[in-house]
Amino acid sequence: MAVDLSKAVANSGSGGNPVSSKSESLAKDAFRRLLKNRAAVTGGVIIILLYLMMIFADKIAPFDYARQTLAEQNATPPWLTKIFPMMEPYAKPPADDPNKYILGADYVGRDLLSRIIYGSRVSLIIAIIGPLISLMIGVVYGSIAGFFGGRTDNIMMRIVDVLYAFPSLLFTILLMTFFRSSLAKPAPGSFASMLSALDNSLGGMLFIFIGIGMTAWQTMARLTRGQVLSVKEKEFVEAARSVGSSDLRIMFRHILPNIIGPLVVNETLAIPGYINTEAFLSFIGLGVNPPTPSWGSMISDGSKVVRTYPNQTVFPALMLALTMFAFNFLGDGLRDALDPQMRGKS
Amino acid sequence: MGRYILRRLLYMFVVILVVSFITFGLMHAVPGGPFDKEKPLPKEIIANLEKRYHLDQPLPIQYLNYLKDLTIPRFSKEKFPNSIDEDALFKFKIGDVYVNWVNFGPSYSSRSRTVNDMLRDQLPISIQLGFLAFCVAILIGMPLGILAALNQNSWVDYLCMTLAIMGVSVPVIVLGPILVWIFGVSTKVLPVTGWGSKPPFSFGFLPTSLGWDYWKYAIMPMFALGLSSSASIARLTRASVLQTIREDYIRTARAKGLRERAVVMKHALKNSLIPVVTILGPMFAALLTGTFVTETIFGIPGMGRYFVNSITNRDYPVIMGTVLIYAIFLVLSNLVVDLIYGLLDPRIRYD
Repeated sequence: MAVDLSKAVANSGSGGNPVSSKSESLAKDAFRRLLKNRAAVTGGVIIILLYLMMIFADKIAPFDYARQTLAEQNATPPWLTKIFPMMEPYAKPPADDPNKYILGADYVGRDLLSRIIYGSRVSLIIAIIGPLISLMIGVVYGSIAGFFGGRTDNIMMRIVDVLYAFPSLLFTILLMTFFRSSLAKPAPGSFASMLSALDNSLGGMLFIFIGIGMTAWQTMARLTRGQVLSVKEKEFVEAARSVGSSDLRIMFRHILPNIIGPLVVNETLAIPGYINTEAFLSFIGLGVNPPTPSWGSMISDGSKVVRTYPNQTVFPALMLALTMFAFNFLGDGLRDALDPQMRGKS
Repeated sequence: MGRYILRRLLYMFVVILVVSFITFGLMHAVPGGPFDKEKPLPKEIIANLEKRYHLDQPLPIQYLNYLKDLTIPRFSKEKFPNSIDEDALFKFKIGDVYVNWVNFGPSYSSRSRTVNDMLRDQLPISIQLGFLAFCVAILIGMPLGILAALNQNSWVDYLCMTLAIMGVSVPVIVLGPILVWIFGVSTKVLPVTGWGSKPPFSFGFLPTSLGWDYWKYAIMPMFALGLSSSASIARLTRASVLQTIREDYIRTARAKGLRERAVVMKHALKNSLIPVVTILGPMFAALLTGTFVTETIFGIPGMGRYFVNSITNRDYPVIMGTVLIYAIFLVLSNLVVDLIYGLLDPRIRYD
């Protein structure tokens, strides 16, 4: 008898009982549905693995990313020439150990695998910083506009309209150039010199983040404003106001929790865009400073020798595609899980 | 309707004006000038060059002069000399008065050319590429999305949507080199660099011939650029169609005994197009500006390469020209979308 009872409890806990699933919170419910989505889970697992790879890069990578061995430039391991027979005439396996570089080496003899591992840093950090900046600026901006409405709203949204008319990539490049060159020779000890030093120590990543972040928040601001507008006339806001809650409290305790779902989903789906922008900036040589590796700059270097050494393009390109793939799958799954219309259906 | 368009155009003009102001301020705030070289030029020469291009004047005057050249037509009893300073996008004659209108200014880095030259020779190529990619995006994306929606939760749906997510995940800088490697280098079916039409273009921007000589250059870049957009169109179309076919009027159409085909083609598709059209405007603009990435990879002599070079060279008129042209594209395409909106949904009124 006792055994049966514990089984019943376990069953109801796992969501098998319809009564218990009704009382679940939206977040729990969404998370359960997310876990059921195989594609999203795969994406999530890949992302976790990628971040682990990034964190332990110096433990995993067989070589330092900047270590050049000129005698071994464009070194190619034998297994690659088997897959790409056209590489045969150009293949030069290293003399001491043909399999020294598992994926080969680049045009100055740097290990491709190590550079791919270290190169994940830029892409994966922009995947966090992009949404962070975008949410921080966009949500605050959009909620102020939506919450106060009227003239404030009008002026703030016209500003976004104007910024929207800028070709974003061009604006990003212009901003980056502005920050980079106006802080090129800063007075020592000033805020500018701190920024500049930080940028140098990050291999030029900081100004990419700033450039991308400054253009990324506009969509978020529009979206937040729309959401705030749709929620702020609801009864529960009225109720909160009637018991004398302050504007700030209503905004953060009542409105924001109710609109954060779509915002987060939207930001997750925007991550591949940030990764893409960074990769492209590095591709055209405006990204990270060499020798800091980035998948974009590796693809760019590799595409110059794509006729003879396709491996130098293909592997970083595959990693870039895999990362964007994983984020897209996760974002898609999140959207399906959080979509209120889907709620209650399996 | 007419008043609505007029008001929007006026608003557009203000937006573009503000864009030009911000760009002007930002680019002059960047340290360094157009004549700073690795090996510095003598001071006198720089001073002369700056005088030649009126860079010695105060910034507000420079800005106003730029706007004047750009917007106010110039009239003359005599033919304008064929010089860099007197170049104009529109040159015509009213009676015996010669008119020169819209002058984007000279380029500092290529001295014999003007920004107008670039707009005449390079921009059409970018427009062609952007438009072809737009067609690819629609022609692949919409059928894929409709197919997925009509077969919801079947293997067709899953296949289409997996393809779509894959499409979104493969950026041009990944797809481009791989396409080049497969079709250009390994099999040598298609040329790796170049574009199939040269200026002069018919009507100012259309290719003069559309034979294989044109397409063999266009196929790879237009797919590379259009594919990721086609994927997002497919996802949006699917969602939109799914929502529409649950509407009451679709049930009515079925109930009165219409064939499934008629229900889908006549009732569902037209109404599910509305959200899709919203995204087409920004997407068209994004494809036009995005050609810049594709042009770099496929060595296409379009407007793209001036984007980056002009900024690093501090080539002020070229920066202003490219930003303004693309801003105008962006704003115009949004206007067109709003107008198409009204055609698709008569409930939308302009007032």
